This record gives sequence, structure tokens and C-alpha cells, in this order.
Amino acid sequence: MKSSLIKSTVIFLGLFFLYFPILVLIFYSFNENKRVMVWKGFSLRWYNELFNNEQIIEAFIISIKIAALSATFATILGVMIGYSLVRIRKIPFKSFYIFLSSTPLVLPELILGLSMLLFFISLNNVIGFPSSRGQLTIFISHVTFCIAFVAIIIQARLTDFNKNIEEAAMDLGYNYTKVLYKITLPIILPSIIAGWLLAFTISLDDLVVASFTTGPGANTLPIVVFSKVRLGLSPEVNALSAILMFALIIIGLFYFYFNKKFKH
Amino acid sequence: MKNKLFEKYFVFSPYFWLVLFFFIPLAIIFKISISVSEWGMPPYQAIFLFDNGFKINTTFENYVYIFSDYYYIGSFVNSLILALISTFFCLLIGFPLAFYIATSNIRLRNILLVLVVIPFWSSFLLRVYAWKIILQNNGILNVILLNLGIISEPLQLLYNQYAVIMGIVYTYLPLMILPLYGYLNKFDLNLIEASKDLGLNRIKTFFKVILPLSVPGIVAGSLLVFIPVVGEFIIPEMLGGSDRLYYGKILWEEFFVNRNWPGASALAFSGIIILVLPIVIFQILYSRWSQKNEI
Repeated sequence: MKSSLIKSTVIFLGLFFLYFPILVLIFYSFNENKRVMVWKGFSLRWYNELFNNEQIIEAFIISIKIAALSATFATILGVMIGYSLVRIRKIPFKSFYIFLSSTPLVLPELILGLSMLLFFISLNNVIGFPSSRGQLTIFISHVTFCIAFVAIIIQARLTDFNKNIEEAAMDLGYNYTKVLYKITLPIILPSIIAGWLLAFTISLDDLVVASFTTGPGANTLPIVVFSKVRLGLSPEVNALSAILMFALIIIGLFYFYFNKKFKH
Repeated sequence: MKNKLFEKYFVFSPYFWLVLFFFIPLAIIFKISISVSEWGMPPYQAIFLFDNGFKINTTFENYVYIFSDYYYIGSFVNSLILALISTFFCLLIGFPLAFYIATSNIRLRNILLVLVVIPFWSSFLLRVYAWKIILQNNGILNVILLNLGIISEPLQLLYNQYAVIMGIVYTYLPLMILPLYGYLNKFDLNLIEASKDLGLNRIKTFFKVILPLSVPGIVAGSLLVFIPVVGEFIIPEMLGGSDRLYYGKILWEEFFVNRNWPGASALAFSGIIILVLPIVIFQILYSRWSQKNEI
């Protein structure tokens, strides 16, 4: 009895700690007052202002575009890595391959961002491309560090996978490519979707790497939000937070749905 | 024959991408970190000079410069201490949570796990911003403390190192809980019963049975928190004050404000060597060790 009381208290306090700030943020987004901290009354004023703020809307569209494209590329390349590491025996310099595909997970974003920026500048000096930084350079950087996250998910899924199905298909006359496209990929599809969702969210949320690799006309949503709240509070950002958190949490639930599917 | 071609395509497409956009950029950081700095654009000299015969033009001055100045060393030490303290608190809060989730019944367990991880999906930047609202002088925490009569005037909670630790523990907590849960989930609850039957009390059971078995989870979770926190830039920038400088901030300023590219590169490359390399080596050694000991 006593221990179950401790247990529920710990879990309750833990969840309270995790959700309290999010609830505070949502609560204040309905504050009529321009001064964020002084409660004046319930209102949807800041949601209205948010939807009329062209800078934020534009940044949102740019962010979604970059996130969708880089998640797609990162998923294709990440699936290839996951597949290679589990199914293909001969990989030249395999430990180098593992190093390349896992280090982006532990490298601080700041160092990654700096290295990408210096790379693009050097590349421009040598071949004259990219002449200015912008959406393309953010896209390339995001693909690079999202690959690792997709690769881990796919690797875990394929390690778990019953190889007999593939072998049976081979025995029945399917060739290598056909087995991959007709058997393996469809079975791991939920994990591929989960990987895409994770990469999409990471790209959408990234501030540091994007700040290094951005250029004219490529202010992503986190860059705009950061410039607004770095020194103070912004009622429009409160409204944006409430919407964005809601949307991202939905994406998170989908991720769990797809990623857990095979475990039952 | 066709299989071979297909395998090559699968192995080499990501290989090519990562060498070009990950390995070469890291090599460029190293190259610029050993270049001689100068005023101009780019603010460093070429490494290979061809004007008067061939000459290699490198220097370790940038490393000497950052390692002999307390401003840089001190900031790095500050970051290490910050990461250590934050990791400790994440573990302190995360361990009981992970343990009790792992020992719940299976239906509740899945729901709780999703509930714990979901905040991690919502925007990182906005979760830090939420603490800015909570810790304001007229923010919700001060209002509660004032109404309870614990304090008589608002405390300055924001813009100091404690606010930074708070923000870090909050945002990184799920990264600690997930691997802990992963290991605690695997372990046999009967062991706890067995240890009680054998006469060990709660505290002894914890230190002799539960803790040793969760070491891999503790290691994994701590690494996931510790490394990114050392390079953390956003949280100190939003919640911290001028009382402490951190590695991320001085790296940012060295590059964007002082425009000292070789210096910033030397800082970044030192960060890789000091921080990332030992951890990669450690993980390889650890996985070998645990395979041998069958943990």
C-alpha cells in the first residue's frame, strides 16, 4: 500500500513537471493583454494577429518545405544505410561507414553547423557554388544529420526481422531486387514512416544548424521565433506555441503508432 | 551479377553523401584551425602556397591561443560542470520515473511511456521559452510563492545559471528516461522479490540488485544528456545571464562577432577531440566488454 502510494506520487510529479510549462504556455496564449505576464482576459486576439503576420507565415511555409524535402531524402539514404549495415556483408571500410552514420547523433549541433557553413564557403571558393546560402544549404545540412536517426530506426527493425520470409521468397523464384521491393520494404514500411516523421520533426525544430547555414530569403520558423523571444516575450509566439505544440504532439503520436506496430 | 550492382548502389549512395557533406566539412574545420589567421575575406591564409616554390603554411598558434587563455578554458570547464550537474539531476528525476513506469502493468506502461516522451516531440525552442514565462519576475512561480507567503518580494529567477540548469533538465529529461526504461523494462521483477525473500531490505535491494543491473541504461542516458549539453547554445542564451560563459556561446561569438575563423575552428575541433572522440572509443570498448560479460 505504502509503496504504491510512493509510486503514484512519483509518476504524478514527473508528469506534472513535464506538462506544466506546456500548459502555462497555452494558458497565456489566450491572454488579451499585450504585456504577456499581466492577465487581462480571455481572447483569441493573438491567434488572429498570428495569422496576419506575414513574416511568421512565410517562415512557416519555408520550414515545412525544407522539413518535408530533407525528411524524404534522409529517409531514402537512412533506409539504405540501415539495410546495408544489417543485410550486406561486404562494406568497404565498414567501421568508417559506421562512424559516418552514427557520429552526427552525438556531435553537438553547433560544431555541425559551423562545419557545414565553412564547407559551403570553401566549396564556393573552389567551384563557385553555392554562390549564396539559403534554403538549399539548410536542406543539405538537415539531410546530413537526419540520416543517422532514420538509419538507427531501420537498423533496429531489420535486426528484429524474420529472415525466413525473405529466403522463402527467394526459393520461390524472386530475385534480390524483387524480394526487397515486394517483401522487405512493405514489411518495414511502418518503421520507414516513423523515421520520416522523426526526421521531419527534427528538421522543423532545428535552430542552430539552420542559423549557420541560412542566407537571404531563408528565415525558417525557429530562426524567426528565436529572434522574437531572445530578449523578451512575445504574445504572438505564445499563440504560435500553442498551435505548434499541438501539431507536433499529434505527429509524435503517429510516430509511436508506426514505430510500435511491429513490436506486438 | 545484378545483385552486386544493386548492393553497391545501396552502400555507396549514403556513403557518398556522408563523405561529401559530413566528413569533408569536419576535415575543413581541421584545415582552417591550423591556418594562419589574417585580416580579410576569408580571414585566414591558404595552407599550400605556390607563389615562390611550394610551401606548407600551417600553424598551431590557434590552439596555443585558446588553450592559454582562461576565457576559453574557463568557458569549456563551465560547460563541463553544467553538463555534469544537469546529467545528475536528470538521473535523479529520471531514474525513479523510469523505474516505476517499467514496473507498472503493461497497458499503463505503454500509456505512461508515450506521455513521458510526447513533450520531447513538441518544439525544443518553445519548451525553453515556456520557462522564460514561468520564471519571470511577475511570472507564475513568483506569484505562487508570494501568495503562499514564502517570499515577500519577487525573486530574480531568470538570467542566471540555475535557470539554465532548470531549462536543461526539463528539455533533456526524456533523453535520460528512454534508455533507462529500455534496460529496466528487460529486467526480471522476480529478482526484487527474490532479494527481499533472501532478507535484503529495500535500500540493500536497490544498491545490490536494481542499480548494478541498470548501469548500461544509466550510461546510455547520461551520454545522451551530457554530450549535447556541453555544446548547448540556445538554453544559456535564453535563460542564462552574464554570470557564466559557456563553450557554445564563446564558439558562436568567436565566429560571428570576432570573425576569428581559425580560432572558432580550433575551438570546435578541440571540442570534437575532447568530447566526442573519447565517447565513441568508450562506446566501442563498452560494447565489447558487455558482450564478453554477457550483460
